[in-house]
Amino acid sequence: MAQYLLSVHTVEGEVREPMTAEEMQQSWKEIQVLNEEMKSAGAWLFTGALHEPDTATVVRMSGGKVLTTDGPFAESKEHLGGFYIIEAKDLDAALAWASKTAAAVRRPIEVRPFRVFEA
Amino acid sequence: MSDAALKLDQAEVGRIFREESGRSVAALIRVFGDIDIAEDAVQEAFAVALRKWPGDGLPPNPGGWITTTARKRAIDRLRRESRERELLGEVVVLSPGDDDPRMSREVGSVQDDRLRLIFTCCHPALSTEAQVALTLRLLGGLSTNEVARSFLVTEPTMAQRLVRAKRKIKAARIPYRVPGDEELPDRLRPVLAVVYLLYNAGLTSSSEPDLCSEAIRLARILATLMADELEVAGLLALLLLIESRRASRLRSDGSLVLLGEQDRRRWDRALIEEGQAIVRRCLRRNQPGPYQLQAAINAVHADAATFEQTDWSQILALYDQLLAVAPTPVVALNRAIAIGEVEGPAAALALVDELGLDNYYAFHATRADLLRRLGRNSEAAAAYERAAAMAPTDAERDFLRLGGRAFR
Repeated sequence: MAQYLLSVHTVEGEVREPMTAEEMQQSWKEIQVLNEEMKSAGAWLFTGALHEPDTATVVRMSGGKVLTTDGPFAESKEHLGGFYIIEAKDLDAALAWASKTAAAVRRPIEVRPFRVFEA
Repeated sequence: MSDAALKLDQAEVGRIFREESGRSVAALIRVFGDIDIAEDAVQEAFAVALRKWPGDGLPPNPGGWITTTARKRAIDRLRRESRERELLGEVVVLSPGDDDPRMSREVGSVQDDRLRLIFTCCHPALSTEAQVALTLRLLGGLSTNEVARSFLVTEPTMAQRLVRAKRKIKAARIPYRVPGDEELPDRLRPVLAVVYLLYNAGLTSSSEPDLCSEAIRLARILATLMADELEVAGLLALLLLIESRRASRLRSDGSLVLLGEQDRRRWDRALIEEGQAIVRRCLRRNQPGPYQLQAAINAVHADAATFEQTDWSQILALYDQLLAVAPTPVVALNRAIAIGEVEGPAAALALVDELGLDNYYAFHATRADLLRRLGRNSEAAAAYERAAAMAPTDAERDFLRLGGRAFR
């Protein structure tokens, strides 16, 4: 088994058709169903949705001291909005979950394998 | 065996080896679960073949010989690398011995291995460039240098492309299997696209080994392994029919000869008959797809003894079907060319002008030809010039420049 990160990215300033309350409700329902499906299949490890990137704080070591600064780490237009960590036997199995996720959240999903460190 | 008496030089060993190596690489990837181990072992087997075959002659079953030799090398290597003792345990279970009955059983299953391999090489998670490079390297048995030359990139660039692709296969666990029925249509598409792309790359590149023959070889393998897939048969028929005209496509000075001006006596009848027989078989099944329809169009061209005898209304009907299943501007452009033959250049030009394929050289070349036929010579000259500036090969550029000059 391998582990994969399925991530949803938000793009700053991107113009999207706003979802109606009804559509949001529908998407939310589908996500719940998907989560249950992942759990009962033994694929689900973790999932989370993040607050906007302007709520982020960066901590770094600078000359032996901790330096705390406001804002996201990267000056990027795209930010991680939420993610799943799943377990799957191969990429095809991970892509099948990603397709369902993309349909439920109505956003593209990036699939990345986790590194495996040998014991 | 008289084969043993056959004198082989190194180039022949290389050619035969390349023909057979795809099977061995595919079989070894299944056994060892690792592309690099399989590739390196087959490469080592090649070095042995270069040493032995010229003196000893060709073994009775070269493919089996390569697989056996490579597997021994791989096991030796794993044995040396004590860290992988655990893996070796698995290998011993998975791999049959070297005695003949087991060997023949392995030869029976390698067919599926090549199919597994092409679906891995052409996995949609890989870029088209990577798909093409992996297919040529692993299934076609071309060296990294040969693959690089075919696509006009340097060897280090190609080596890096291959390394990156193989790393992704391993890290992301792109599976080594033939997709199930429900996935097959989606997964077959990039496989067929890669083979078609290889053929077209061969038409515009003169590097050795010949990519057109390589693409046809792959298409034949696929058609044998997936006899039920009509689009696979359609692709093979299409390639055979285009190939039948390859010798008459260029003059001895390398300049391009249009379909209407080709010496049809030089078309390869054997390839045409083979291609047309496949097209007829597909038509009986009546599940047309883009490759089958393009093959059918080429089959109609092949039927005409002269350009004037071409059954354009049948070609137009096939383009109508093709446009329905593959509604792309390029198909629409080719359909417009058929309209030009059935209804005349004015009707065709009206359709072409709606397409707005401004960045496609064939769009300008088609406009140029239609404008010339309508006697609008200065517009034709301008269109030829634009087409020439965008032409992908010297032969096509020279041809278009020539067309342009005639009407200035």
